[in-house]
Amino acid sequence: MHTLPQQLANGLFLGATYGLIAIGYTMVYGIVQLINFAHGEIFMTGGFGALTVYLALPHGTSLWLALPLMLIGGAITAVLIALGAERFAYRPLRTAPRLAPLIAAIGLSLGLQQAVHNLYPKATSPRAFPQMQAGPWNVGSIHIQSGDLFTIVAAPICMIILAVFVQKSRTGRAMQATAQDPDTAQLMGIDTNRIIAAAFAIGALFAAVAAVCYGLRYGEVDYSMGFQAGLKAFTAAVLGGIGNIYGAMLGGLVLGLAEAMATAYISDIPGMHQLGGGSWASVWAFVLLILVLLLRPQGLLGERVADRA
Amino acid sequence: MTTALLEVEDLRVAYGKIEAVKGISFTVAEGSVTTLIGTNGAGKTTTLRTLSGLLRPVGGSIRFDGRTLGSVPAHRIVSLGLAHSPEGRHIFPRMTIEENLLLGAFLRKDQPGITEDIERAYTLFPILGERRKQAAGTLSGGEQQMLAMGRALMSRPKLLMLDEPSMGLSPLMMQKIMATIVELKAAGTTVLLVEQNAQAALSLSDQGYVMQTGRIVLSGTGAALLRDESVRRSYLGED
Ligand SMILES: Nc1ncnc2c1ncn2[C@@H]1O[C@H](COP(=O)(O)OP(=O)(O)O)[C@@H](O)[C@H]1O
Ligand SMILES: [Mg+2]
Repeated sequence: MHTLPQQLANGLFLGATYGLIAIGYTMVYGIVQLINFAHGEIFMTGGFGALTVYLALPHGTSLWLALPLMLIGGAITAVLIALGAERFAYRPLRTAPRLAPLIAAIGLSLGLQQAVHNLYPKATSPRAFPQMQAGPWNVGSIHIQSGDLFTIVAAPICMIILAVFVQKSRTGRAMQATAQDPDTAQLMGIDTNRIIAAAFAIGALFAAVAAVCYGLRYGEVDYSMGFQAGLKAFTAAVLGGIGNIYGAMLGGLVLGLAEAMATAYISDIPGMHQLGGGSWASVWAFVLLILVLLLRPQGLLGERVADRA
Repeated sequence: MTTALLEVEDLRVAYGKIEAVKGISFTVAEGSVTTLIGTNGAGKTTTLRTLSGLLRPVGGSIRFDGRTLGSVPAHRIVSLGLAHSPEGRHIFPRMTIEENLLLGAFLRKDQPGITEDIERAYTLFPILGERRKQAAGTLSGGEQQMLAMGRALMSRPKLLMLDEPSMGLSPLMMQKIMATIVELKAAGTTVLLVEQNAQAALSLSDQGYVMQTGRIVLSGTGAALLRDESVRRSYLGED
């Protein structure tokens, strides 16, 4: 359990989840230069959306059957909330001073937490998330939980689809153009409002997948789960270079690995035995962020600001 | 003159409370090259950005090809046949030249026509063809200007608006751009040109308007404006 390969695997599972959430921060930032601080809560609603679908299914439905439906339910919930936030909170503030949308985002974040806490049945404490009745599997010395299996399948699929979509599709090219120069994109005939909404929707979709990963891994969803996860994913996005989708995934993986390594090994360093363990993982994640930003202010894969249009 | 493709009447545009365009009227005849000249801050860019829908007028009317603009969203304007090559070129720096050109044809569906027009752009500006896979941000200023023009042409516009295409270019490059405008006109494209370089612009223009602090203070044929005493003093650097 405490072997290096196992820790690497843990780091990758965790990091893939961060990376999926980080996509939402990075896509929205890349296009409208807004840090959507409510994205962690959009992730959380995705988890509750998935749970709702599960609870609505007949008792004893196999999770293999339920999982796709849960993903769809989580995605619909998260995407609708993200689109609503974009349309009614952020779009009216697009030309307002920078602080206004930021405050709206924080308000939205608290509002969504409270809404789930107060309105979702029995959500004042964590609600159990269904678990797959399969595994764990042993691959060499690595012990893989069923939830982690879902993550290692889902995350790369999502990333490949996104990369192809952004590179090849018409909407993807319009997204790149809008990110580089929104006014000129309009002159090309691109409806930038639609593109911005699409960025929010894709971010929410990925957050919903991440929420299912999270639920399967931890066995529960909670109204406040978006705070920590959102903060970590935001860190991952900045670490990888905010605005860059590959950076978001890379940043997530690096962050996940760093946390896993720090949890397992920091305490072995002489004089630092009190600074290891899970409770310090976040601290080390931020130490890593600061170090990277000192050496590369634009993040691992970020472009220098001067390159921006 | 033939019929007007563009008719602007009493157009007023403001940034907040400050009016930058204070009631201007002008027309662009079909098949002509029409130029707006004027010193920095006169309101030329504001006018073009309003015509292409990026800014909303506070008053007046814009009629283009039989339709009223003014409240049409920017992204719908290009499909009506009005293309805008903005001041400062604004090519998409991290996309290749070819991708930039393709974005100029974003709303078109006729793949053979698009391919044909890309080849036409490369014939017009061979340097773009040689570098088609290169990131546009790596081009020189003059090459970026060619790309911006080529991209605007990719929508097959009825009216091409060029905002200071000669800005920051070498004299040689500028000649090339001006020669291209003459070529485009010969091929039937109507051009609305904004220039600081009044000499070059007016000599190829059918009609010209002089703007000053948000107003049109003078108009006439290109040749007439070139002969005008006040134009020579203010814009051609003669005393
Ligand atoms: N985004 C803006 N916000 C506020 N004022 C602006 C803005 N853009 C231009 N202006 C002002 O509007 C006036 C006209 O500018 P502009 O249309 O760019 O002139 P020109 O293109 O003729 O140089 C100037 O006084 C300029 O300072
Ligand atoms: Mg200007």
